Amino acid sequence: MVKTKTNLPPLRLHIPEPKFRPGDEADFSDVVVPEIDEIARPDEGSAPAAIQNLAFGLIRVLDNNGNATGSWNPGLEPDQLRLMLSNMMLTRAFDDRMFRAQRQGKTSFYMKCTGEEATSVATAMALASDDMCFPSYRQQGILITRGYPLVKMMNQIYSNRADHLKGRQLPIMYSAPDHSFFSISGNLATQYPQAVGWAMASASRGDTRISACWCGEGSTAEGDFHSAMTFAAVYNTPVILQVVNNQWAISSFSGIAGGERTTFAARGLGYGIASLRVDGNDPLAVYAAMRWAADRARTNNGPTFIEYFTYRAEGHSTSDDPEAYRAAKEFEKWPLGDPVGRLKQHLIRIGEWSEEQHDAQAAELTDLVKKTQKEAEANGILGHGLHQPFESMFDDVFEHLPWHLKEQVEQVLEEQEAKFGPDWEPR
Amino acid sequence: MTVVTQKMNMIEAINSALDNMLTRDPDIVLLGEDIGFFGGVFRATAGLQKKHGKTRVFDTPISECGIIGAAVGMAAYGLRPVPEIQFADYIYPGLDQLVSEAARLRYRSANDFICPMTVRSPFGGGIFGGQTHSQSPESLFTHVCGIKTVIPSNPYDAKGLLIAAIEDNDPVVFFEPKRIYNGPFSGFYDRPVEPWSKHAGSDVPQDYYRIELGKAATVREGEALTILTYGTMVHVCVAVVMETGIDAEVIDLRTLLPLDIETVEASVKKTGRCMVVHEATRTSGFGAELAALVQERCFYHLEAPVERVTGFDTPYPHSLEWAYFPGPVRITRAMQKLIQE
Ligand SMILES: Cc1ncc(C[n+]2csc(CCOP(=O)(O)OP(=O)(O)O)c2C)c(N)n1
Repeated sequence: MVKTKTNLPPLRLHIPEPKFRPGDEADFSDVVVPEIDEIARPDEGSAPAAIQNLAFGLIRVLDNNGNATGSWNPGLEPDQLRLMLSNMMLTRAFDDRMFRAQRQGKTSFYMKCTGEEATSVATAMALASDDMCFPSYRQQGILITRGYPLVKMMNQIYSNRADHLKGRQLPIMYSAPDHSFFSISGNLATQYPQAVGWAMASASRGDTRISACWCGEGSTAEGDFHSAMTFAAVYNTPVILQVVNNQWAISSFSGIAGGERTTFAARGLGYGIASLRVDGNDPLAVYAAMRWAADRARTNNGPTFIEYFTYRAEGHSTSDDPEAYRAAKEFEKWPLGDPVGRLKQHLIRIGEWSEEQHDAQAAELTDLVKKTQKEAEANGILGHGLHQPFESMFDDVFEHLPWHLKEQVEQVLEEQEAKFGPDWEPR
Repeated sequence: MTVVTQKMNMIEAINSALDNMLTRDPDIVLLGEDIGFFGGVFRATAGLQKKHGKTRVFDTPISECGIIGAAVGMAAYGLRPVPEIQFADYIYPGLDQLVSEAARLRYRSANDFICPMTVRSPFGGGIFGGQTHSQSPESLFTHVCGIKTVIPSNPYDAKGLLIAAIEDNDPVVFFEPKRIYNGPFSGFYDRPVEPWSKHAGSDVPQDYYRIELGKAATVREGEALTILTYGTMVHVCVAVVMETGIDAEVIDLRTLLPLDIETVEASVKKTGRCMVVHEATRTSGFGAELAALVQERCFYHLEAPVERVTGFDTPYPHSLEWAYFPGPVRITRAMQKLIQE
C-alpha cells in the first residue's frame, strides 16, 4: 500500500515527547524568562496587530528578590496585597483539607489547584464582583476570593443533605449565580463559547458587565475553544479568554496540545484578538494583565486572550499519580517559583509582612477550614445517610415533571420501601 | 495446537486483544487522550506504546472531533485505526465525524471509501462518577445506520469481540462497561467485590481468537422468562436470578447492532415472557427497540407485556447513584410482575 518515489524522502510522523519522564532529573534551564518590562505595557485601546509581540513575551512584575517593578506593576495597596495573599493561602488550605477528605473516603473525588492559585485569585480580584465567570474545574480561588461560603463548597463536595446542587454533581462542579460564577461542566472547553455568548448578550443590551472564561492548555484543542475565539473576534465581544497553561493535561504534556510550535498566547493572533502571555506564578502580573484586559473590554475595545504560564504542582485529580508519567519534583525546579511564596516575599520586602505573621495566618486559615469542615460534615458525607431525598433526583430535569417522571418518582419510593422495609422513612 | 490461557481481568483482556492485533496487522494504530506513555486512564493500553512504537500507539490533543476525524482520514489512507475516547460521556464533540462521516462513508461513496475503525470507550456508571463519567449512550449509536455497536460483559468476550470489531470493515463503537473492568458486579453494592479470577470468563487465551459480531450468548438457560441484557447488567441479572430462584433465561446480547435476532426470538418463544434490562435511561433506549422487535416477532407467544428495567430518565446523579441504578430491587420487582401476569 505504501507508495514511495525514489527521488523523494519518506515522510515521517512526529509524535511530541516531553523532555523528562519518571526517573529523569527535570531541568528547566531552557525556559526563557524575559526581563521585566522587556515589553512595556501598551495602552488598553491598542490594535491587536500593533501589540502582537506580547503573545511571545512574558509579562512579569515581581523580580527574583520580591521587588515589584516595571510598567505592568499594578501598584496595589498593602491591604490589597495581604488580601490577595490570604485568598491564595485559603485556597491552598482548602485544597489540602478536601484532598485529604477524599483520601479518608468522605467523598468520591477532588481536584487541587496548587501552584496555580494566582490564576483564579488575582484574576477575580482584578474583575468587578459582578463580572460573569465561566471557569473550568480548577478555579476554586474565584469563589474563595468572592467570599462564597466555604461550607457551601464543602457541602457540594460531600454531596450531602445541605448541598445546594442536591447531590447531583461530581465534587467541585460548583454553581454560584449570586457570585457571578457559572455552573461548572465536566465536558472540557464548553464554557468558552458560553462566556462569549454571555458577553454578546451583555453588549447587545448596553449592560456594563463583562465576562471571563478559563480553560487548561490541553482544552484548547477542543472545537469549542476555536468556535469561541471566532465569535469573540467577529463580534468584538467584551470577554476575556484565559488559558491556564500548567504544562500538563492529565499525563499529556503541553506539546500534545501544540505547545512545541508556538506559545498558547499566539493562538489569539490568527483570530485578530489582543493576546498576552503572562507569568502565571506572579500574582501581580496576573492581576495587571487581567486589569488591562478588563479595562479594554469595558471600553468596547474588544476581547483579550491571555495565557498564564504556570505549573500544575500536584496530580491532575485524586484519580491519578503523576509519578507514573513525569519526573519527580518538577515543581520544585519550576523557574517561576510558587505564587504564594512570591507574594509573601514581596510583602516582606516592602515591610508589610513577616514570617511570623505568615505562619500565624497559615495556622489561622487551616483552623478555619477545619472548623468549617466539621460544620459541613454535620450535614453528612458522601454515602453516609444524610443525602438528599430520593425523589429530588427527578427535580429540575425540566421545569415541570412530565407524566413519565412522575411515575418514576413513585417507582423510586416503592423501591426504597422494598429495600429498607415498611418502616422506611424518606430522609 | 494447544491454547494457552491466562487469568485476565477485563482491562488485561482488552490490552491483550490490542497487543495481538498490533502484532498481526501493521495497519493498526491506536490513538487517544493519555493512551501512549501513560497507557490510558484505565490502563487499557499500558505497555503498548513501548512495545509497538510511538507512531502506532500515541497520545492525541484533547479533541474528540480531531481523534475521530483523523481516524476517518487514516482509514481513508488504508489504515485500521482504533481510537479511544476517554469516557463515553466525552464522545459528543466527535459525533459529527462519527455520525455524518464514518457511518455514511461507504454508502455515500458507493464503496469508494470505507471506514474500518473501532472506537473504544468506557461507559456506564456505578463508580460515583457523576453525570459526566457514568453515561450509557449506546442507543444514540444503534440509531445511526452504518455503525455497529458492541458491548462485552467479561474478559473472554471482550478480547474476542474487540478483535472481531477491529477486523470488521465497518465502523464499530465498542463500549466497555467500566464498572466491571476489575471484577464482575452483582448489583449488591454493599457486598464485597469479587475479582474476575473466580469467573469463568476470566480464562482468556493469550493468542488471537475472534467472537463473531452479531452473536448473543445464553448465559443461563431457563423456562420462566427471558432477560435480554448486556454489559454490567448481565452480572446483575444473573445474581438476582440466583438470589430469587426464578428460572429465568439470561441472554447477553454482546452485539447490539447487528442484533442476534434468532437467539432472541427462540428464547422468547420458548419462555413466553420477556424482560429487557439496561442501565441507560429508559425513554428511546435500546430496550424500546428490543421490546418492539419482540412484539413484532413473538406476539402470539407472549403471555405478558414486555417489561423494561432501566435507569431513570434523569442525568446520572452523584450521591443517589444506587437509587438510580437498575439494581436487584428494580429487577426483582419487574420479574415478579412479569411471571404473575
Ligand atoms: C470533552 C472532554 N474530553 C475529555 C475529558 C477528560 N479530561 C478531563 S480533564 C482532562 C485534561 C484537561 O487538561 P487541561 O485542559 O490542560 O486542564 P488542567 O486539568 O491541566 O487544568 C481530560 C482529558 C473531558 N473532561 N471532557
